[in-house]
This record gives sequence, C-alpha cells and structure tokens, in this order.
Amino acid sequence: MNDSKSLLSKIAKTVRDIPRSGIRDFFEIVSSREDVISLGIGEPDFVTPWHIREAAARALERGATSYTSNLGLLSLRRGISKYVENKTGIGYRPENEVLVTVGVSEGLDLAIRALIEPGDEVLYHEPSYVSYNPLIQFAHGVPVAIQTKKENGFRLTRAELEEHVSPKSKVLLLNYPNNPTGAALSKKDVEEIAAFAIEHDLIVLTDEIYDELTYDREHYSIISVPGMRERTIYLHGFSKAWAMTGFRMGFTCAPPELTEAMMKIHQYTMLCAPILSQEASIEALKHAEKDIVYMKAEYKKRRNYIHASFEEMGIPCIRPDGAFYAFADISKYGMTSQEFALKLLDEQNVACVPGTAFGACGEGFIRCSYATAFDDIKEAMVRIARFIEKL
Amino acid sequence: MNELLNLLKQNAFESPENLAKILGITVDEVKKQIAAYERDGVIRAYQAVVNEEKLDSSLFTTVIEVKITPESEGGFDRIADRISRFPEVESVFLMSGGFDLLVFIKGRTMQEAFRFVSETLAIMPGVISTATHFMMKAYKQNGIIMHTGEGDERLKVSP
Repeated sequence: MNDSKSLLSKIAKTVRDIPRSGIRDFFEIVSSREDVISLGIGEPDFVTPWHIREAAARALERGATSYTSNLGLLSLRRGISKYVENKTGIGYRPENEVLVTVGVSEGLDLAIRALIEPGDEVLYHEPSYVSYNPLIQFAHGVPVAIQTKKENGFRLTRAELEEHVSPKSKVLLLNYPNNPTGAALSKKDVEEIAAFAIEHDLIVLTDEIYDELTYDREHYSIISVPGMRERTIYLHGFSKAWAMTGFRMGFTCAPPELTEAMMKIHQYTMLCAPILSQEASIEALKHAEKDIVYMKAEYKKRRNYIHASFEEMGIPCIRPDGAFYAFADISKYGMTSQEFALKLLDEQNVACVPGTAFGACGEGFIRCSYATAFDDIKEAMVRIARFIEKL
Repeated sequence: MNELLNLLKQNAFESPENLAKILGITVDEVKKQIAAYERDGVIRAYQAVVNEEKLDSSLFTTVIEVKITPESEGGFDRIADRISRFPEVESVFLMSGGFDLLVFIKGRTMQEAFRFVSETLAIMPGVISTATHFMMKAYKQNGIIMHTGEGDERLKVSP
C-alpha cells in the first residue's frame, strides 16, 4: 500500500487522466526567478477598494462569524437581484433564483454537476479559461471544444456551433468577454447564439465575470434575449470588476428548478459562502460604482497602450474588447507558445502565459494580462521589442 | 476633465509617445495639446511630490488661518496676492467659514515660521488675526500615500 504506484492506482481514473493546469507548471518556473515582470496574472492589480475592506473588517468586529443560509445572506441576494436587473433588464427572485457561491469557479462546478449525466455533451469555445474542460470531465460529461478563430476575433459563430452540435449535446458554455482572448460579442452575435440554443434545446451556462470590463461597446447578456432566461444559468462574481479575487465571491441566477438543483450540491459540499466575504459584497454592490468606473478607465488606457505597442512591434494582436488580456499572435517566430514564453522569460525576465494553457488552439499565441502596473507594462513592452529584434 | 490632463497629473514625466498610444491620438496632437495647456496657463508647473520625512534636512510646514478685512476695492484678492508673493509661502487659499485665508508656509525651523508670522504676516495692514498650526506628519499628499512598501501580494502567474 505504501508505494506510490499502488496509491496512484487507487485514484479515480477521471482525476488521474486529467493533467494539471499548464498555468501551474509555468507558475512554478516563474516563481523560481527574481525580478520578473509578470504579464501572467489573471487578477486585478488593484487592491479591493478601501470601503469594501472596511465593511469586511467592521463585520468581523461585530462578530459576524457564523454560517449563513445555504443560498447566501438574503440582503446580499436582494442586492445581486437588483444589480443584475439594472444591467440586463432581467429580474431574478432573491428567495429562490439567486445562489451565492465561492467564486464563479464553484458556480460553474455546481451548474455542470447539476445538469450533466455520463455521456452528455457540453459545447464550449476554446481558447478558454482553464477549468471548463476538467470540470466537465469531473462530472463524467463529454467536453466538445469549438475552436474560435483569430479571423473572427475569437467570437463564437453560429456556423461553428452547427458543426459541433449532436443529439447528445445538452449544455452550451459561454464566456464573453473572454479570458484569454479579450474577445467580446455584439448584440447580433449573442442573438444568433441564443437562436441556436433554443433551436437545439440547450441549457446555456454564461460566465459573464468580465462584463463590467467591456471597453468599446455595451455588454449585452444572453439572458436579455427573449426565451433565454428560462434556459440559462447566469454566472457572475465580484473578483474582477470589484478587485475582490481573494474574497472568493460568485453567484448564479437561474430559474428555481435549476437553482434548487445547484443549491443541493452546494449545501452538501460547501454549506455556504464565507460570511465576511458576503458582508463585503453587500458593501460592494451598494457603493462601488465609481471604483468600477475608475478601474475600467485605467484598464482601458493600458489596453490601448499594450495593443498599440504590439502593433508597433509588428506582432499581430486583435484589439481586446473586454476583460484585461491581450492575446498576441507570435506564430511567425517559428516557436511554440511554450518555447516563446520560456525564451522570453529566460532572456528578458518577462512572464506571459503560453496560449496552449487555454486549449490546443491557443498554439501560436501568448496571453498578456494588462491588469499590471503601468510602469511594468511599459518596461515589459520595451523588453519584448528587444527580444523579438534578436529572433 | 480632459483625459490628457488626468494622465499628466498622475505622471508629468510621461512621454508624448506613450501618451499618444494610451489616448489613441498622434504624438503631434499630444504635443500640440500640451503646448496649448501651457500657453493658456492651464498647466502651471511640473513638480515632484517629495516625502520630506525621508530627507535629513526636511522642510517644516506651517498652516496659518488668517482673518483679514476685505478692501473696498479688490476685496480679498489684493491682500491674498501680497501674501502669495513671499517666497516662503507655498499655498494661499480663500476659505469659507471661521477665517478667510489658509496659508501654507515652508521653513527650516519652527522659529523661522514663527518669525514670518509675527514679524511679517500678523502686522500686515488688513490682517486682523492669525492662528498658527505646525504640521507634524504627512500621510497623504497630492493624492499619493507617503509611506511605501505595500508590495504586490499576488501570485506571479494565475489563470
């Protein structure tokens, strides 16, 4: 029993077969070095706005250290309901249609586990956030990756969906604005995808964690399309727009049947989201509008800068519409993404994430996060320019 | 406020090339706008924000509330302008409330500040009274928190 081989054989096959995230490996290489400028960080460089931190501290002083309702504090669910309705025009009842989760990560896991039976297919688009494919496999579902293309600005098209749909397709998982490509959808794109979902009777999971960070257009949520509210689980959270990653706060909005199903899993695995984080989120919804406006304006300036810099260097990069990532096309240098990223790190001490961490079709790209201090972005761009000159 | 001015307020050293990239306009346009701001007196100066505490021979800031009698011609302006002319005076503001002018002066010692108040400011015609406060420590100045050392606590790479 003691040797590692026999222990490994005890591990569930589904888990054994899934590789750990490519980001993890890269993280370990980067962590072993000093003075790295990292464009590899998928979270805001802003610290949580002060008044939100104070709300958490006040709640702790008051002695808010208990469990909450499984669904989350009712006052928070009310705030979430109002927030979502203001943005999308779609109302959800705080009593039975809103569930507070530990980050969108948990929300996604709940949604997939609530819906998927062995063999059910989940359509999702790549390059994508690292957890989508594994979460589907953990639930014994079949991940069906649709490779979005640079020519389409990494927007998912109806034609691509039609190519991959099958009688076993049950769920469509969307993430726009997108990590890692920075792509966002137009209203028309969203309507076409919605029509497809209705026609094929799919449940849609829409991860809109980056919706507040849409720069050149109004974000349009798929739940706003008539007929979609009743077949969609809307996933959102406080990490990005409010710079609250460490609070681990997400939420889902969905019809009562779906919310109840997710709540059951949440109830028996997580019980509830941490109360201090919930208290902080109540404050975030009440008073953080101007923080969001400020941070978004900052990201937009950096987006402009990083995009213009890549263009100047002759590295093709679609102008990111949302989130805080630039997905730069480095294919012309004749290296894999991994080789490029490692060499860049080695020679110039700049860390970017190889595109392949987000799916095979990320080959030829690197993800550069501009949730990075401006001075660091400037220096990183100088170093990347120096780097490619020698290639 | 104009986006260019905001950027310069954050970092007056930002190069026109970088400003052009951020704003999506040409370098020439940036230079033209800055020149116009300078010409029109919108931009008055470019200065460093110094943490005096870090210096061996730091300057001492004194804040003085001044009550004055407005003049029949010129109101508060003429006397405020006269006070502003002294090189040791850093800032002068006209205030509402219990006093009229708020004057900031910089000096090497408390004595120097005291001498300016008692021998120059308090005896100026039109000055009714003064209340002098010595500044002990600057925590935040011009929007900048003066202590440094809050590092980036994030992981170096994350999804």
